Amino acid sequence: MDPLNAIVALTNFVLIPALAYGSQIALGALGITLIYGILRFAHFAHGDIMALGTAVVILVTWGFQAQGIGLGPLPTALLALPFGIAATILYLLAVDRTVYRFYRKVKAKPMIFVMAALGVMFVTNGITRLVMGPSEQRFADGERFIISVREFRDWTGLAEGLALRSAQALTIVVALIAMVLLFWFLNRTRAGKSMRAYSDNEDLALLSGINPERVVVITWAITGTLIVLAGTLYGLDKSYRPFTYFQLLLPFFAAAIVGGLGNPMGAIIGGYVVAFAEMGITYAWRRVFTHLLPEGWEPTGLMQILPVDYKFAVTFGILVIVLIFRPTGIFKGRTL
Amino acid sequence: MSVQQAAHPAATAPTVAYLRNVLLFSLMALALAATGMFQSWVLALTILNMSLISAIMALGVNMQWGYAGLFNVGIMGFTAFGGLAAVLIAMPPVPEAWAAGGFGAMLGLMLGAGTIFAAIIVWKRMAPGRLRGLALIGTLVVGYTITSFVFGPATTAIARVNPATEGYLGGLGLPVILSWPVGAAMAAGLAWVVGKVALGLRSDYLAIATLGISEIVIAVLKFESWLTRGVNNVVGIPRAVPRPVTLQQYEWVQNLAERLGLGLSETARIVELTGYALLFTLVLGALIWLAEKALNSPWGRMMRAIRDNETAARAMGKDVTRRHLMIFVLGSATCGLAGAMMVTLDGQLTPGSYEPLRFTFLIWVMVIVGGSGNNWGAVLGGFVIWFLWVQAEPAGRWFMDMVTSGLPADSGLRQHLMAQAAHTRLIMMGLALLLMLRFAPRGLIPER
Repeated sequence: MDPLNAIVALTNFVLIPALAYGSQIALGALGITLIYGILRFAHFAHGDIMALGTAVVILVTWGFQAQGIGLGPLPTALLALPFGIAATILYLLAVDRTVYRFYRKVKAKPMIFVMAALGVMFVTNGITRLVMGPSEQRFADGERFIISVREFRDWTGLAEGLALRSAQALTIVVALIAMVLLFWFLNRTRAGKSMRAYSDNEDLALLSGINPERVVVITWAITGTLIVLAGTLYGLDKSYRPFTYFQLLLPFFAAAIVGGLGNPMGAIIGGYVVAFAEMGITYAWRRVFTHLLPEGWEPTGLMQILPVDYKFAVTFGILVIVLIFRPTGIFKGRTL
Repeated sequence: MSVQQAAHPAATAPTVAYLRNVLLFSLMALALAATGMFQSWVLALTILNMSLISAIMALGVNMQWGYAGLFNVGIMGFTAFGGLAAVLIAMPPVPEAWAAGGFGAMLGLMLGAGTIFAAIIVWKRMAPGRLRGLALIGTLVVGYTITSFVFGPATTAIARVNPATEGYLGGLGLPVILSWPVGAAMAAGLAWVVGKVALGLRSDYLAIATLGISEIVIAVLKFESWLTRGVNNVVGIPRAVPRPVTLQQYEWVQNLAERLGLGLSETARIVELTGYALLFTLVLGALIWLAEKALNSPWGRMMRAIRDNETAARAMGKDVTRRHLMIFVLGSATCGLAGAMMVTLDGQLTPGSYEPLRFTFLIWVMVIVGGSGNNWGAVLGGFVIWFLWVQAEPAGRWFMDMVTSGLPADSGLRQHLMAQAAHTRLIMMGLALLLMLRFAPRGLIPER
C-alpha cells in the first residue's frame, strides 16, 4: 500500500496529459460551437484549417530558428503564432467571401453549407499537403521539461517519477488565458454581446441594428485564433501531421455536442470530458493499482479497459451515450 | 413543380434531357477510350473497373442523400466493413488457429454481445432510478470482465499461429463472389445499429455518428489481427476471374494476343480486367434497375416527400424515422457491396489504405457533381470523378512542372513542389465540388 506513489503515477500518466489534451480539444470545440451558434452549420473543414494554420506557424518558426531568433526556454513557435493566426484569419475570411457568403445570401439549408465546407476541406487539405507534405513534422524547441522524472525522484525520494513537460504546462496556461479572454469578450464587450444576441435570436438581433456580416467576421476571427492556438499547442505537445489534425475533427465535434452545440462553456467542459475519458479508459491502470492494493494482491493483467488504438471508440462511446440520454448536451445547446 | 412540367410541350423537353445524358456518357466513354489509345488499355480498364465500383458507392450515397436527405460521412466504414466479407468468405480457414483459440474467440464474441443485450434488458425492464443505473453499470462491468477473460488469451493464441503468413482465423473457403451479398448484409447490420442510435435526432448528429463509426471500423480492421491480420494485410484472396498467369495458358487468349498484336502477358491482363468489368457492369446494371424501379414507385415518391417536407409527411401518417432507417440501411448495404467488390478486385484487404478523403469525401464529390437525387447522375459522377482523380495525378505533376519551370532544376522549392505535386488533385476535387455546388447545384444530370 503506497497511495502517494499511486497519486504521482496517476498524475504523471493520466491527469497532466489529459488536462493538456483536453485544453487542446476545448479550443477546437469552441470554434465548432461558435460557428454553429452564429453561422448555424457543422464546420467540417475545422481540422484542415487547423492543419493549415499550424503549417504557417511551423514555417515561420523554422524561419526564426534559421535566423537564430528565439525565446530562450520558451518555444520559438510562440513568436510565430501571430503570423499563423493572421494568415488563418485572412484565409477564413477569403473563404467566407468566396464560398459561404453566397449561401448566406440565398438562405441555403444548413446541409448545403456543410457540403461547401467539404469542398473547403478538400482545398485546404490539398494546400497543406502541397506546402508541408503528408509526413510528420517537429518544430518544438526550448526547454523540454519543467520538472523531469529524475529531478522529481531525487527531490521527493518516491519510486514513481513525475514529469511536467513545458509544452503541457504551456498548453494549459495559454488555453486558460484564451478562454478567460473569450468569455470576457463575449460577456463584457459590445461586439461580444452582439454575437450572443445574434446567436440567440437572429431576427431580433437584426431588428436591433446588429450588422450580421460584422458578427460573421468577428466569429471567423475568433475561430481562426482559437484553432491556430489549438493546432500549435497540439503540435508542440505531440507532433504535427496533417492527417492527425484532420482526425481531431471527431473529438472536437464530440466535445461540442457533449457540451451542447452552440454553448461555449459546454464546449470547454466537453473537451475535458472527452480527454479524461479517452485517457482514463485507454490507460493501463496496473501501475496505480500495484501501489494501491496490499502486497500479494497486485493485478496480473494490464488493467487496461481498451487498447490505445481504440481511443476514437471512447470518443464515439461518449457521443452515443449523450445522443441517447441527453441529445441537447450537458448544457442545453441550441436546437435548430 | 409537376403542374409546370405538365404545361411543357410534352415531347421535346425530356428528349433533350435524354440526349444530353447520352452525350455525357458517350463523352465519358470517349475519355476512357482515349486513355486506352494514348496511355494503355490496362490503365483504361483499371480506371473503368474502379469507376464501376465508385459508381455503386455513389448510388448508395445517392439513395441516402438524394432520396432521403440523410448525410452520411462514414462511407469509408461501411465500405471497409463490406470488404471484410471477402476475407471471411473466401480465404481458406486456418485449422491450427481455430484449434488454438477459435472456440475462445467465438465464445468471447458471444459473451460480449450477451453483455450488451443484458444491459439493454436491464435498462428496459427496470424502473428508472438509481438502482437501475447501478444494475446497468454492474452488468457491464461483470460482463466486460468475463468477456475479456475469455477473449484476450484466445486472440493471443491465434496470433501466435504462423504469425508470418497467418496468425488469424481465416475464412470459410467459399467462392469469393458470395462475399458480395454477405458484405452488403454486414454493412446493413452495422448501418442498422448506427441508424437506431443517431436517426430521429438532428441531421448533423447522423453525420458525426457516421464519422465516428467509420473511424472505429478502420480501427477494428487494423488492430483485431485475429480477424483481419491487421496492418499485415490479408493477401492472395481467391480471385473471381482467373489470374493472368492461368489465362496465358488458354489457347484463345494466345490467339487473341496474336490478333491484337500485343504481348501475351498484357493480353492476359486485359482479359482479366475485362472479366471483372463485365461482372461489375452486371451488378451495377441490376442495382440501377432496382433503384430506378424503387425511385419511380409509390415508395420512391414517399421518400422524396419525406425529404422535401418532413413535417408534412409526418402529418400524412408516415413514420419518418423508420423510413429513414430503412433507406440508411439500404444505402449503406450498397456501399458494403461495393467494398466487397473492391477487395475482390484488389485480391487483398489492406486496412491501412482506407482514408476518409478517398473513401468518404470523394464519393460525396461524385454524388454532388453527378447530380444528387438522380441515379444516372450519381453513376456518371462516379465515372467522371474517378477518371479525374486518377488522371489528375500526372496532370498535377505536369502543371507543377510548368509553374516551376522558371526555377533552376536543383532549386529546393521546385523539388519540394514537384514531390508534393500529386496533392494538387485534392485542390482540384475541392474546386470541382465548390464550383458545382455554386453554379450547377443540381449536378451534371439533374433530378427529374
